[in-house]
Amino acid sequence: MAMPGTGSNYEILTREDFSDVTYLLEVRHPRMARAAKPGQFVIVMSHAEGERIPLTIADFDRDKGTITLVIQAVGKTTREMQRDCLAGTHLHALVGPMGIPSHIGEAKKVLCVGGGLGVAPVFPQARGFKEAGAYVIGVVGFRNRDLVFWEDKFGAVCDELIVCTDDGSAGVKGNVTEGMRQAIEKHPDIDECIAIGPPVMMKFAAETTRPHGIKTMVSLNPVMVDGTGMCGGCRVKLDSGIKFACVDGPDFNGHEVDFDDLMSRLGRYREVEQKATARFEESCHMREEFVAASAQEASKD
Amino acid sequence: MALKKRTIRTIPQERTPVEELDPAERATNFLEVNCGYKLEEALRESERCLMCADEPCVRGCPVSIDIPSFIKKIGEKNFHGAYDVITNTNLLPAVCGRVCPQENQCEGVCTVADSLEPVAIGRLERFVGDMAIREGWSNIPYIEPSGFKVGIVGSGPAGMACAADMAKAGCDVTVYEAFHEAGGVLKYGIPDFRLPNSTVDAELAKLIELGIKFECNTLVGRLFTIEEMIQEMGFHAVFIGTGAGYPSFMGIPGESLNGVLSANELLTRCNLMHGRDPEHYDTPLPPSKNVAVIGAGNTAMDALRVSLRLGAGNVHCIYRRSHAEAPARAEEIHHAEEEGIQFHWLTNPVEILDDGKNNVRGMRCIRMELGEPDESGRRRPVVVPGSEFEFEADLVVYAIGTNANPILGQTSGLKLNKWGYIATDENLATSIAGVFAGGDIVTGAATVIEAMGAGRKAARGMKAWLGLRDTEESCLGEPAPFEDRLLGLDPAEHDFALVRLPRSAASSSNAS
Repeated sequence: MAMPGTGSNYEILTREDFSDVTYLLEVRHPRMARAAKPGQFVIVMSHAEGERIPLTIADFDRDKGTITLVIQAVGKTTREMQRDCLAGTHLHALVGPMGIPSHIGEAKKVLCVGGGLGVAPVFPQARGFKEAGAYVIGVVGFRNRDLVFWEDKFGAVCDELIVCTDDGSAGVKGNVTEGMRQAIEKHPDIDECIAIGPPVMMKFAAETTRPHGIKTMVSLNPVMVDGTGMCGGCRVKLDSGIKFACVDGPDFNGHEVDFDDLMSRLGRYREVEQKATARFEESCHMREEFVAASAQEASKD
Repeated sequence: MALKKRTIRTIPQERTPVEELDPAERATNFLEVNCGYKLEEALRESERCLMCADEPCVRGCPVSIDIPSFIKKIGEKNFHGAYDVITNTNLLPAVCGRVCPQENQCEGVCTVADSLEPVAIGRLERFVGDMAIREGWSNIPYIEPSGFKVGIVGSGPAGMACAADMAKAGCDVTVYEAFHEAGGVLKYGIPDFRLPNSTVDAELAKLIELGIKFECNTLVGRLFTIEEMIQEMGFHAVFIGTGAGYPSFMGIPGESLNGVLSANELLTRCNLMHGRDPEHYDTPLPPSKNVAVIGAGNTAMDALRVSLRLGAGNVHCIYRRSHAEAPARAEEIHHAEEEGIQFHWLTNPVEILDDGKNNVRGMRCIRMELGEPDESGRRRPVVVPGSEFEFEADLVVYAIGTNANPILGQTSGLKLNKWGYIATDENLATSIAGVFAGGDIVTGAATVIEAMGAGRKAARGMKAWLGLRDTEESCLGEPAPFEDRLLGLDPAEHDFALVRLPRSAASSSNAS
C-alpha cells in the first residue's frame, strides 16, 4: 500500500566534491528555494531507514528552484550520503526551511566568519548583508589550501576576504580567530559579527569579539529529531535560560551561549554513532572486496 | 424481532475478559498487548448492554457515537451495520477503541456500572474497527464536489477527523505534515504494543480513499504561511491541528546532562524512526539500564513500557501525586504494573545527579503527601520535610506535558492566548477569517479522542463558514419517493452535497 510521504521527490541536480570529506548537493525544491532565508536549515533523510539530520542551507537559487547543502562526512549517515547521494538520485525526505531566519539588520559593517563546515552556511548571510548595503568582511578558515572552496563566491559578496589555513598553505596562518583579530584591528567600527562553524570555533570567535563589545551571532547545530520543537533534543543553555535551537534559533547571541554544555550534549549518542560508523566502514570494505573479487572473476572469463 | 427486555439481573454479570499477552513475555517485544475480542467474546459482551433509554454513554463520548445502536447490531451479528453506525460519527474505530480513556467517558457513565462492571464499549468498538480493516470495509459515500478547497495543517487525530468531515462535505482536502510520514502522535508517539502503526496506516488509507491528499515533509509557517494558504494558494478554509509539541522540563539541576530527554524524543526515536531495530535503522537510542520516567500520564506509561522493552533492567515511574490522581488510562497503568514497572507515587524529583562525565548517575527525590484540593479539584501534593532520598538511574525521561509550539505564532498574525496556544471562539474559528484550529494547539495536551472531537467541531464551524449545510449524517438506503420530497429535495439529506452510501453497499449492509 502506497502510504503518504514515501515518495522521494527531491532530486539531486548537482554534486560537487570539495575534498575527500566535504561535498555539495544541489537539490530541486522550488517552493523551498522561494521560502528560504539566510540562517535557516533543513532536515534530510537520505533513505527510508536513515536518520533525520539537520543541515544548514548553504545557498538557494530562486530562479533555478534549488537549495544547496554542503556536508562534511563525519559519521555513518554523512559518509553513506557521500557514497550514495550522486547527481540524479533522490533524497527520501527533505523538510524546511526551518528555524528563525537570521536578522539582516541595519549593521553598516559586518564580520562574517565561517570555519570548517560553517564556511558554506555563512555565505547566504554575507550575501544578505551585502544586498542590504553593509560593508562585509569575510573570514573563512580551512585546514589547508587543498580544502579551500567558494573563495570566488565569497569574493563576489565580500568587500574584504581573509582566508585562514591551519598550516599557512593559503592566506593567513592560523585559525579564524587570527583572521578576526586582524579584521577587528583594521576596522574598529565593526557593528556585528556572524560566526558559524564547529562549536569550539564559535566559542573562541565569541571570546574574540567579547572584549570589543561586538554583537556576535552564532548558529547552533545540536542533535535534533523533528526540527519542529516537538522533541526538545536540541535544547541549548543560554544565560537567559533553556531554548530549543530548532524553533527558538538556530541563531543565538554567542556571548550568552554555554558552549561547553552544547559540546557535551553533541556527544550524547557518540558511542552508538561510533559503532554504527565502524559497522558501515566494515560493510563498505566488504563490498569493495566483493566488487574486487567479482571483477577478478570476470577478468578470468 | 422482539428482544426480551434485558435487566441488570438477566445480563451476563461478569465483564468479558480480553486475551492479553503474558506480561513477562511481552515486556521483551513490541507486539500488541491487548489481543482484542474474538467473535464469541464480542457477542457475549454485547449482551451486557441494557439498551437503556437514557443512553448516558452517548453523551459521555466526545464524538457522540450511537453506542447502544452499534452494540445492538453486533448482537444481531450485523457487523457491517455496526461499522456503519460507528463511522457515521467516528472514522477511526480501530484507533479509538484502543486509545480512548473509556473509563472517563462512555464506560465511566454506563448504566450497568451502577452495580456491575461497565459494558466494555472500547473493546467492542475495536472489535468492529479491526473487522473492518480485515474485511476491507470502508464507507466511501458518493460525494458531490462542493468546489471548495480546504487545507489541513497537521496529520494527527485532529487533522484526520477534520479532513474526513470536510472531504465528506465535498471539499478538495489537502493535509500537510512536517514529518516524513502522516499520522502525527498516533505514529511517532503511541507505541506499537498499544496501537500498531499498521493499524494507523490502514485508517489513513481510508482517508486517502475519501480523496484526501497528504503532503508530508511540509512545515507550514516556514515553507509557506497560513496567510499565503488563504491569499495565494487558493484555500477557502484552513484547519490548524499541529498539536502542542514543545516538551516541558522542570528547571531542576542536572537537566542538561546527557541521558535526560523528553518522552517525545524517546518515543519518536523508538516508534517513528524505528530506533528499536538498530540492525536495519540508523536512528540511535540512548543506552540505559536504569530508567526514571517523570509523570504518570499516557505518555509516561508509553515511555516506561518502551524503556522496559528496549532492555532496561529497572524502570521507575516518578509521580508527585498518588495513583488515584494519575492521568493515564487505567488499563495502561495496570499493564505497566503487570510488566514490572516500579511506581513511586507521591515522589517529586529534586535534582538529577552527575557522574562527573556529564552523564546521569542517579536522581534525588523527595516524598510528598496530599494536602488541600487545588483549582483542578485534585489534592495538592506538599513536600514531606527531610524525606529526600537518592536512587540509581542512567536515563531520565520527562513526560510532564508540553507547552505551546511557537512556529505558527512566529509566522502568522494568528491571535494567541496568554499561554501561547491559538485563541479561538466557541466554533473553533481563529482570529483570521476562514482559519480554524483545534486539538492540543488550542487546549494544551489532551487525548486523541478529544483532538478528534475538536477536529469535527472545527469542521462544523468550517462548513457553516463556507455555507455548506450539515453533512454529518450519511443517508442510508433508498432516496425518498417523489411525494415525500420538498421542492425536489429529500428531507433525509442534510446537504446540497449529497452524502449517500452507494446503493449496493447500503443495501448489503441492510440485508446482512
